[in-house]
Parts: sequence; C-alpha cells; structure tokens
Amino acid sequence: MTTPAPETAAPASPAGELHRLHPLTPLLRGFKFFGAVLAVVSYRTLSDLGASRTLYILPVLIVAGFVLAYVSWRFTWYRVEGRELHVESGVIFRRSRRVPLERIQAIDIVRPLVGRVLGLAELRLEVVGQGTTEAPLAYLSESDAHRLRARLLALAAGVDEHAEAPPETVLAQVPTGDLVISVLLLGEMVVGLPVLAILSVILLAIDLKAFLGALPFLGSAAYGMGRTVVRRLMVEYGFMIAESPDGLRLRHGLLETRAQTVPPGRVQAIRLIQPVLWRRRDWLRVEIDVAGYGGGQEEKLATRALLPVGPRTVAEHLVQRVLGSADVQTALRRPVPRRAAWCDPVQWRQLGLGLTPRVAVVFRGRLRRVVDVVPLAKVQSVRLVQGPLQRRLRLASAHIDTAGRHLATEAAHRDAREAVALVDEISQLARAEREVRRMPVQPVPEG
Amino acid sequence: MPVDQALYPTDLAWHPVSPRLVMIRRALAGLVAGPLALALCIAAAMIAVPVAVAVAAPLAAALWWLWWAIGRACRSWGYTEREDDLLVRHGLLVRRLSVVPYGRMQFIDVTAGPIDRRLGIATVHMHTAAAASDARIPGLPAAEAARLRDRLAALGEARAAGL
Repeated sequence: MTTPAPETAAPASPAGELHRLHPLTPLLRGFKFFGAVLAVVSYRTLSDLGASRTLYILPVLIVAGFVLAYVSWRFTWYRVEGRELHVESGVIFRRSRRVPLERIQAIDIVRPLVGRVLGLAELRLEVVGQGTTEAPLAYLSESDAHRLRARLLALAAGVDEHAEAPPETVLAQVPTGDLVISVLLLGEMVVGLPVLAILSVILLAIDLKAFLGALPFLGSAAYGMGRTVVRRLMVEYGFMIAESPDGLRLRHGLLETRAQTVPPGRVQAIRLIQPVLWRRRDWLRVEIDVAGYGGGQEEKLATRALLPVGPRTVAEHLVQRVLGSADVQTALRRPVPRRAAWCDPVQWRQLGLGLTPRVAVVFRGRLRRVVDVVPLAKVQSVRLVQGPLQRRLRLASAHIDTAGRHLATEAAHRDAREAVALVDEISQLARAEREVRRMPVQPVPEG
Repeated sequence: MPVDQALYPTDLAWHPVSPRLVMIRRALAGLVAGPLALALCIAAAMIAVPVAVAVAAPLAAALWWLWWAIGRACRSWGYTEREDDLLVRHGLLVRRLSVVPYGRMQFIDVTAGPIDRRLGIATVHMHTAAAASDARIPGLPAAEAARLRDRLAALGEARAAGL
C-alpha cells in the first residue's frame, strides 16, 4: 500500500500510526463557538438587528461553527514517530508540526466543563516557543489523553514507551477550607472590598446621585478585585501535588480541571509568597516558573501555583523536592547597606540576597514577604542596572534572568562594588552548575 | 574620557563601538532638532529680534548639550569577550551591564539599516531563552560584527547547555 495522503479518507491506521482527535471534538468546539457568538451578540446588537433577523442569523452562524469545527477535525491528525510528535492540521493552509519530545517542558491535561460531561480532555504540550501553547491536542478521550501523556513522557525521558505510567506519591493536598480562608485573608478582600463598601455608604449618605455617578467605578473596582479572587478559587480548588519518576504532578480546578506534569529539572524559578495576614498561621504560597507556559492571563493564572497555600514545612519540603537539594535554608541572607533606604524607604530592611553553590535566593517585601529562589543551573544571564539615584548612592540592582516568563528576579539596591563582584560570583557558580549538568551527556570540549 | 567606572569591572579591556555610530546618531538628532530649533527662532524673530536672541541662546546651548550627550552615550557602549561570557555595558543616566554566557546563546542577529550599511556598521544582538537578557551591541564595524557573530556562534556551540 502506498503512503496514504492525510487529506483523503481515513487511512487504514495501524497502532502507532496516524490518529484522529476524538470524534466528539467538533461538537465541543462548536459549543465553544456558540458561547463566543453569544458573548458577541449582546443585547444591543440584538436590538439593532431586530429580533427576527437575529433569529435568522444566529442559527446560520452556529451551524457554520459546527461545520467548520467538523471540517477542521477531519483534517487534523497526529502520530508519535520516534521521539517526535507530529501534528497535521489546517484545511486550506496545511500545517505539519513536529515536536521533539526531549524538548517538552510540561504536559497538561485540561478538561473544560463541557468536556468533562462528554469525557473529553485536551492534551497541551508546552515547549519553549512564542508564548502560546505550541502543540495542543484538543480533544482526546480521557483515557487516550492519559495514555498518550504517559507515552510521551516516557519517550521524552528515554525509557520504554509502552511501560505502565509510573506510580505517583502524593506530596501535599490543599484542603478547601484552607484555600477559602487564605483567599479571604488577601489584601483585596480584607482592605479593598471594605474600603469600597465604606465609600459606597458614605456616598449614599451624601447624595444618591453621586452614588449612582460613582457606581460604574465602584462596580468595576469590586469586579476587578472579586474576579482575581474568584478565579483563584476556581483554578486552585482541590489542589493536589504528587511526585512520580516522570515528574511533578499538579491537579486542580473546580469547573475546568487541569492536571500538569512537569518533568524533573524543568522549573526555572520558584517564588515563596507570604501576605501579611497569613503570617500568624505561617502559611506560604509557592509559585513556579516553567518555560513554555505563557500565553494569556488565564493561562498564567492556571499554571503558576505549585502550592496555593500551605504550612511552611510543606512549602519548604516541596521546594526541596523541586530543587533536589536543601540548599535554600543554608543560604545566608546578605542585607543591603543602610543608604539603600533612600531608594526604597519601605522595605530596605527586608531586601537581601543569599547564594549557595546551587541556588540564588532573593528576599524582599515588607507586608507581603517574597522570596525568590533561582537554581543557578537555570541562569540565562545576569545584569546590573544602576539608575541616577543609585549611582549617587553607590548602589546597583542585580537581575538574574531565566527562561521563565512569570517571575523576574531582582536583587535591588546592593552596594555597587559588591554587586559587581556578585555578578561574577553568580556567573561562575552558574557555569559550574552547567558543567556538572552537562558532564554525563558529553565530555567538555575545552579548548 | 572620564566615565565613572564603578559599575564595570575595570580590569578588563573594553572594546568601544565605532565612532560612526556617534555620527549617525548626531545626524539623526540634527535632522529632527535642527529644523525645529530654526523654526522656533524664525517664529521668535517675527515677534521681535531681541526675543529671537533670547530664544536662540538657550536653544544653542541645548543643541550643544545634545551633541555632547550623544557622544558620551555612544562612548558608554562597550563590550568584552571573556573566556565563558560576553559582557556588554552601556548607558549614562541608567547604567547597565549584561553578562551573557556563551552557552546560553540561542541565536544571534546582525542587523544593519540603510544608513548603517552605507557607513559600514551593524548591530549584533545575542539572544538567550530569557526575554530579559539584553546583549545588544550597536555600531560595530561590519567586519567586526561578522567576526563577533561567527565567534559567538562557535563558542555557543562548544559550550551549549540545555534549558
């Protein structure tokens, strides 16, 4: 038999050959399109067009959506070949994409609400690219998605691809109560909303008209604050962190669930955050930065947490597991000179930096304490920046750049002389770390 | 030239960029600022000649300052190749020093606009996987730009490290 052109009817596909996405994909895509249309066709366009015309147009649009989704489904194929994933798609402009599996930064299985009803899931392969998910497979049946993920991870790690998915051990789980309390203790809830409420009451007491005039502003402010909080609850509900030989497993989500798998050594930076009201319980939030995740606000929110909230011991244990060393606690915090107060009077006492042979640790934050941890093996470049005021005070800020997109690490307002030495120190330690990582692959060709 | 060296390691041989960069920048600034200043002077002269003089003096000072600042800004650029990394420094008001290991290089751009090409200079930009990395050197003579590109590419390949 000649090689079947993917455009023609279904080729006789032996196992491991061309696969189609799940046949219910067009239905789900169509529904999504329907939702988008509903969002666009607001009440106003409805009144502009007139109800009767809308009644004609709407079904046409919806049918067109389903038809398009069907056609696009007919023309989409994927297969695993060697250590690559091939995805063929596109009706008029064909696109054939090859993803080398050893480059995978993370694999997510996302199940939107409707998808959960239909038993469908989206497999998202994150590779470093232009900031969007470069290889989403939407949609597969849930069992297919899990099987394919295990296979891709095995191939990426270079082990037998048909082996069973390795067992996982649960490292931590976040109780819903803790999550809700932690979110209620955020600044938005404790300060923002009460301030808005008091403002409205004052305005109401003065004059109803003034209140109505300010209502759009108050409303949008409340919406903005409420939305981040609600989103956080939705995305980080039921958070579970597990570990298996093929990587870190994170599962979370209320309506749309997401199961992330981050293979070992893919975390570019870690951030520990403690808002002021969490201090009494000594809770911490841990965020990670994995290259490849990016895209929109939504995606960022959904992929940044390693631990939405948890006791210090749990957070520190997780950091240790991710880094593979207990170095962070041994990092001595070097403070900044007193004159840094001229640059940052609020938090200069909290600014600091610690270095160990394996990680750089940067401290800051007065009320909301933040600790950034960067594995030196992940450092892409180091920069010094010195503004005019800093120059007068003989201070400089050191930036440590990694391939991640969420977390920017800056050791601010350090003594200029120390900063110059620091850059050299970090560069040397990072180089040593890179050499160690590289050794097993190929001997160092030093010239 | 007494640029304050405190922020930069002083024991290294810093290469300056081509003086032609100063020329181009000055020419471009002159093209914008010159006619503007002239128009202002003429407008002032239409009111009264003393006004024109009063306007012209600070304008001339400003132009001279611009001339001088561009020269200093361009001379603030410097780069040096160490064994394992490339160092780039620049800036007058805000000073910056970037240290980029060769092994982190993803790709290199050499760009030159029409004016740059006529004067035989180019910009070399070394990209890493981090968006914040900033290793850009403008105003290199074309031959030096090509040499640097090839050298960086070779060193990058020899020391390549995964993400």
